[in-house]
Amino acid sequence: MTPRRKRMLAVGGVLLGVGAAAALAFKAFDKNLLYFYDPSQVAAGVAPVGKTFRVGGMVTKGSVQRAPGSLEVRFVLTDYAHTVTVSYTGLLPDLFREGQGVIAHGQLHDGLFVADEVLAKHDEKYMPPEVAKSLKHATPPEDRT
Amino acid sequence: MWRYFVPAAAFVALGGVLAFALVRIGSGHLDVHEIKSPLLGKAAPAFALPSVADPAKRVDSRNLAGHAYLLNVWGTWCAACEEEHPALISIAQSGGVPLIGIDWRDNREEAVRYLAQRGNPYQEVGSDEDGRAAIEWGVYGAPETFLVAANGRVLVKHIGPLTGDVWKQKFVPLLAAAGGK
Amino acid sequence: MIPELGTFALILALLLAIAQSFFGLVGAHLNRQSWMAAVTPTVAGVWVFIALAFGLLTSSFIVNDFTVLYVATNSNSALPLMYRIAAVWGAHEGSLLLWVMILATWALLVAGFSKSLPVAFRARVLGVLGLVGVGFIGFTLFTSSPFARLIPAAQDGADLNPLLQDPALAIHPPMLYMGYVGTAVAFAFAVAAMLSGKLDASWARWTRPWTVAAWMCLTCGIALGSWWAYYVLGWGGWWFWDPVENASFMPWLTTTALIHSLAVTEKRGLFKSWTLLLAIFAFSLSLLGTFLVRSGVLVSVHSFASDPSRGMFILGLLLFFIVGSLTLYAIRAPSLKSEGGFAIVSRESFLLLNNALLVAAAGLILAGELWPLLMDAFDLGKISVGPPYFNLVFLVPALPLVMLLGVGMHASWKRALLETRRKQLLIAAGGAIVVALVLLGIYRSIGAPLTVVGFAAGFFVMASALIEPVSRWRSGQSMPRAALGMAIAHFGVGLFVIGVTGVVSYKVEKDVSLAPGESTAIAGYEFKYLGAKPVTGPNYEAIEARVLVTRGGKPVVDLPTQKRVYRVQRNPMTHAGIDVAWNRDLFVALGDDLGQGKWSMRVQYKPLVRYIWLGALIAAIGGLVAILDRRYRSVRVTESPALKPGAAGETA
Repeated sequence: MTPRRKRMLAVGGVLLGVGAAAALAFKAFDKNLLYFYDPSQVAAGVAPVGKTFRVGGMVTKGSVQRAPGSLEVRFVLTDYAHTVTVSYTGLLPDLFREGQGVIAHGQLHDGLFVADEVLAKHDEKYMPPEVAKSLKHATPPEDRT
Repeated sequence: MWRYFVPAAAFVALGGVLAFALVRIGSGHLDVHEIKSPLLGKAAPAFALPSVADPAKRVDSRNLAGHAYLLNVWGTWCAACEEEHPALISIAQSGGVPLIGIDWRDNREEAVRYLAQRGNPYQEVGSDEDGRAAIEWGVYGAPETFLVAANGRVLVKHIGPLTGDVWKQKFVPLLAAAGGK
Repeated sequence: MIPELGTFALILALLLAIAQSFFGLVGAHLNRQSWMAAVTPTVAGVWVFIALAFGLLTSSFIVNDFTVLYVATNSNSALPLMYRIAAVWGAHEGSLLLWVMILATWALLVAGFSKSLPVAFRARVLGVLGLVGVGFIGFTLFTSSPFARLIPAAQDGADLNPLLQDPALAIHPPMLYMGYVGTAVAFAFAVAAMLSGKLDASWARWTRPWTVAAWMCLTCGIALGSWWAYYVLGWGGWWFWDPVENASFMPWLTTTALIHSLAVTEKRGLFKSWTLLLAIFAFSLSLLGTFLVRSGVLVSVHSFASDPSRGMFILGLLLFFIVGSLTLYAIRAPSLKSEGGFAIVSRESFLLLNNALLVAAAGLILAGELWPLLMDAFDLGKISVGPPYFNLVFLVPALPLVMLLGVGMHASWKRALLETRRKQLLIAAGGAIVVALVLLGIYRSIGAPLTVVGFAAGFFVMASALIEPVSRWRSGQSMPRAALGMAIAHFGVGLFVIGVTGVVSYKVEKDVSLAPGESTAIAGYEFKYLGAKPVTGPNYEAIEARVLVTRGGKPVVDLPTQKRVYRVQRNPMTHAGIDVAWNRDLFVALGDDLGQGKWSMRVQYKPLVRYIWLGALIAAIGGLVAILDRRYRSVRVTESPALKPGAAGETA
């Protein structure tokens, strides 16, 4: 093969590869994107029912309940405007605490958010930015200084 | 051969997007640290808590009406509270405005020992063992400090340790408006 | 006094770094011999003063000087000495000082081991490294000084984050930064070559050992991080596609591509402009990783306290280095000509495919990383891109990559019919499939469809990597270190693939609630909870639960696992109990007190998990062996040592 034809072949191959990669990326994005809703959006019915999404907020103080000996735990997430009750079965992360910002990953069923994963960051000062933002949105504009 | 500039141009575009994201963080769009309190400008929540110094007495917000005061939420378990303690003492010594403490989710004996050891900047400290008062005040974590004006409205909320600089920048300018002496 | 001395040392280092880049770059441009000769002393000077600053900060930690803000926020008098030292790089400011320290060390090594390079080229390389140094020493001094005072002094420090109080994490950041910063060396060589205009194969040969060294450190650093995450953070997960993990993985992918592309450029004079571009990309992605981790743009488990002003500073540095070098590239690249062609089946083609797949993987990961950021920036909703995306876009290029690797190793330059090795390759492939099927039999499960592919590909790569060393050994021939290193590294890759396949296919994980005396069974092992008692550590209190593991009635191990609460920071932390064997890990993590004497626990069975890290370690050792090749040491380099086309070496 001449160098020229070879280059054409290489360019063609690269284009094909890039195209395939882009198609793959978009398809994967489409399937694997997770939307984030805050408790107010969940309360307003914006969040989908029966579809996986993430919800974040502060764990309301005194809301963590557990039937003795059971792995299931329930707690209330709040953005200080609305709340959503979360049910989770399994081990909570080390830094899950009342009054901390957490993100739960799961689905909404009959007003109860059934989580398959609960994330809390390993830093006491941390608040997930989405949570911070949704808390801020809960503040009526006239209250801002 | 402009095609060789494609990588450079792509990076400039990427840089633009990242700068945009940063500016949004800078402008508070994504800011993790500055959380405005829904209480600002509103009437301060009422509380009546047993005093740490003497559980028989109560620290009651009604007794504070008509004066400006600082409310500091702390706990002996909180490292950042220790950090701000010297600043609190010097604020108390300056005598501009009385400092009221809420000892949040804490043990009374430990709190007494803590204050005896490090000095007590508080005019009064209420013990909020079950955290009810802190919920009323919308407290995220300790320490938090509020400035309440003589008319009972919350003027400033500061999350995190109070330093001399924060005091000068955030609180001092509002003291006159608060009606503090 | 000591912190002020530290700041002073940093200022001196900054001034010397400015001198280093000036004498290096301007001296080479004007061809002033005396200026270029002044570069080496400045490199040494920068190193001395940064080492001094680093030593001073370390001493402040050792003596518990809580008048230093950084010490007060990251240490405590009860912290064991080892972690007081590791705490130096436990947070943003100190880790940046470590970054700079490592950069200065790389520059010193380059200055020491490149005496044989042309004077002007060497001056330019060190000049570019000096510029990088100026940027990052300036960043440390102006936005993130670790020497800031805390007046009045703290009574005691706020302690090091408990998660970081771990031996693996004490060495993980230095190792990882060696890799990160090492890409700066490859970058400096590429920029120096573009500045000089001499873009023949020589620069590729000179930069190869440095690039491999950086790659080796990066490999070890990432593996250590994964290992740490496995037993400290993740309760048994070893890779999370966390933004910070990706920030180190993307440079690793590009550096791996660069190592392979450099081989083609050096041996065959091909892919010249592509190799330059890769060298720039590898460094760019390192900088981008630094930016993403430290600016607060992305939030991750590992990210440092964020500060937008710091972000702007790094973004400025990022754009200066990347856009600057890419512009230089745009000016130089059009003049590059390839020297000769190659057949479709040839080592060149295999390496081209390797590069395309590796870069595609890096690009797709980058896309997943930046996409949520873009969406958020334009208010299109808050989304996150999770592990399913990354698993898919990584697996799709990685699978053909591994499968081609086994064959590609034996292709020769220009044209390869693979005739000479056909028999051995067929035996290797057949053997690999048999072994893979035997493994399926042992685990008594076919697993996912990819399980057999993963095992077979892994064994095939391992067997294929052994063909050359074994046949050389049998015929009594010696093997060049570079070729041996390549074989070892690829053997490690195969082992890694087997480890990943085993864990992903056959791991068993169960969350249970157990009262003392109760037990649960997974994968043929019975976990019996014996009871819990309080224990006390140097700076923490803990509840320790004991779990007796038996198999078929025979005791396997008595596993203690702890839930620790560190006294100062009050963060609870799970200290998992892990039993290691050659073929599996057993893993118990203690959860919460559920009341009525019950505790929640996560028990796990992780088959072959050790081979993930062992594979990475072996790959890194392969890199080390390759660096020690005689070729890189004793060859007296002249101005144009480009090999003639067709003088095919045996090594890549």
